[in-house]
Amino acid sequence: MVSIGLGHYLTLGAVIFTIGIIGIFLNRKNIIVILMSIELILLAVNINLVSFSIFLDDLTGQVFTLFILTVAAAEAAIGLAIIVVYYRNSGTIRVEEIDKLKG
Amino acid sequence: MELSIIFLPLIASIISGFFGRFIGDRNSEIVTSLLVSISAILSIYVFYEVVVNNYQENIVIAKWINSGSLDVNWSMNIDPLSSVMLVVVTLVSSLVHVYSIGYMSHDPHKPRFMAYLSLFTFAMLMLVTSDNFIQLFFGWEGVGLCSYFLIGFWFKKESANTAAIKAFVVNRVGDFGFALGIFLIFYLFGTVNYNEVFQQIPTITDTNLNFLGIEVGAINLICFLLFIGAMGKSAQILLHTWLPDAMEGPTPVSALIHAATMVTAGVFLVVRCSPIYEYSPIILNLITIIGMTTAFFAATVALVQTDIKKIIAYSTCSQLGYMFFAAGVGAYNVAMFHLFTHAFFKALLFLGSGSVIHAFKDEQNINNMGAVWKKLPYTYALMIIGTLALTGFPFLSGFYSKDAIIEFAYLKGNTVGYYAAGVGVFTAFLTAIYSWRLIFKTFHGEYNNKSIKIEETHESPLIMLIPLIILSIGAIFAGFIFKDLFISLGDQNNFWAQSILFLEPLSTEHPPTWFLLLTPILVLISIPIAYYLFVKNKSIPEQIVKINRPLYEFLVNKWYFDELYDYIIVKPSQKIGLFLWKVCDVKIIDGFGPDGISMLIKKISQKANKFQSGFIYQYAFVMLLGFSALLTYLIIN
Repeated sequence: MVSIGLGHYLTLGAVIFTIGIIGIFLNRKNIIVILMSIELILLAVNINLVSFSIFLDDLTGQVFTLFILTVAAAEAAIGLAIIVVYYRNSGTIRVEEIDKLKG
Repeated sequence: MELSIIFLPLIASIISGFFGRFIGDRNSEIVTSLLVSISAILSIYVFYEVVVNNYQENIVIAKWINSGSLDVNWSMNIDPLSSVMLVVVTLVSSLVHVYSIGYMSHDPHKPRFMAYLSLFTFAMLMLVTSDNFIQLFFGWEGVGLCSYFLIGFWFKKESANTAAIKAFVVNRVGDFGFALGIFLIFYLFGTVNYNEVFQQIPTITDTNLNFLGIEVGAINLICFLLFIGAMGKSAQILLHTWLPDAMEGPTPVSALIHAATMVTAGVFLVVRCSPIYEYSPIILNLITIIGMTTAFFAATVALVQTDIKKIIAYSTCSQLGYMFFAAGVGAYNVAMFHLFTHAFFKALLFLGSGSVIHAFKDEQNINNMGAVWKKLPYTYALMIIGTLALTGFPFLSGFYSKDAIIEFAYLKGNTVGYYAAGVGVFTAFLTAIYSWRLIFKTFHGEYNNKSIKIEETHESPLIMLIPLIILSIGAIFAGFIFKDLFISLGDQNNFWAQSILFLEPLSTEHPPTWFLLLTPILVLISIPIAYYLFVKNKSIPEQIVKINRPLYEFLVNKWYFDELYDYIIVKPSQKIGLFLWKVCDVKIIDGFGPDGISMLIKKISQKANKFQSGFIYQYAFVMLLGFSALLTYLIIN
């Protein structure tokens, strides 16, 4: 059996982070996917923090993770609220149709 | 009291100019006329004090410029010379103010007109009462500005606007020389106050200067430059072209500015600077020649003009020439005397012609007049007085002053003097002919006006006639009364005292009797000649014109001065201006400057615009790229 070390956790974190990034800018369909991708990025960071915390025997990382989870939850709630309001105003949440920032 | 002479016209101008709308037309007219009249009465009183009590005073109104060695006061300098000018300016000005009430009665902008007239009076008083060259220059430009305002008073008329601009631009040429002269004086003496400059003049008689690569005497150069200024203002030949055009302005303006006061500023300048000119015989000869040429030139042109005001304008030009050649032969007091008498009879003639123009409802061509002497008896009589005085009819004012000029030119005793005297006599004859031509064509012969009937011509109202009558009194008696005061010879109690310097006392001899009688006789016989030519037998002038067609054309076109200037100055500068505008300015400066840069920015921003797709995920991607690049950079370092 291969013992699971720090490298594996970090790789997992990096993979999830990359999926999150790609999810943001390859996604053309639904704005909720972007929200989910941001969530993924945050989770990747959390994995990093937790794994370092265990391997370095320092609880601070896990405490920090709890904070991040809280913030992520709040952010998700606000993000969804914005999307609901946006849908009410413009009738769509398709990413390719949201280009009001265009100059 | 002296100060109120200066400030009353200014106050009048401010009241009428800024508050004319609130106090109404009639009140502005009354206020300006009243204040300027008070100023005139005070001036006469000051003149009386100067004559009787030798009153002389330099009142400093304020410190003006005080920088380094340049120390200039705003002052009111009262001496014999300025007291004469005070009387001339304020008296004619007040009469013109009163006259304007009648003449401008149909004009919608009366307060503005009166304000300009008063402002002009103020500027002219600044000019004559100055005790230094800077204040003189201030007044000089002030009258130029008011002249511009008043020539272009009827601003809706295209010709009035161009005439105003022409007067301003031609005067700039003279002013350029004048300003250079003042600079030179300051450069040489470190001061611009008359007294200090005049005291130091004898110390630089041997100084030479390099001017435009030519070695010239410093005094000659100062005199020459100042004289250029005088030529511009006094419409001497070469810089005279603006004066006839200036007749586009209302007639009272012509009487005040372009006959009696402003145009004589040049003569005043030369007389005021007599302590400088006395040391420069060359420039005095130049002044004589220019003055004489102007007198002759203007008289010949006046012979054939048909516009009543232009004839008088050329006559003014001609008389100014007389004044200059009087100054040129060293008879400054005679120049001032002629200036004094001329102010009366020329203002009278101008205002009289204004009365005629008024009667004919703005007709100015003398070919369209005639036979109205019974309809306009007062104007007719007054114009006759003015003409007699102008031509030098014995014992009227022009007789004393003009004949004195010719005599002094003769007594000068050198070639230029004799030449000037000869031309002076001949010009006096021409003056008589054109003046009587004006009278006979305007008042005698057949009635030639088709647009209004002879019954409709009417005598001017009393308010216009009273100033004329006062002026005519001056025109008749001014010469006789003031002859001894102004030009008495060899007198130790000289009226002019220190204000005019004679290096050598004027000759006290008398020219031969035949010479003394020559001018009056010519003037007398010119009346029947003119009557015969222009009333009795009109075919003779027509014959003369037919035979001498080129000469006639030459005179009608005013010696082609305007065409010449148009060709050598106006057209080329127009072309240069067009080139600078179309090529240098529009294509080069604008092309590479404002327009070019804005075009560049526009193009770049159009490109940059395409980056703004509006999709959030692209922004996020770019952010990520940037962040990665930054991070990489930081890690590598």
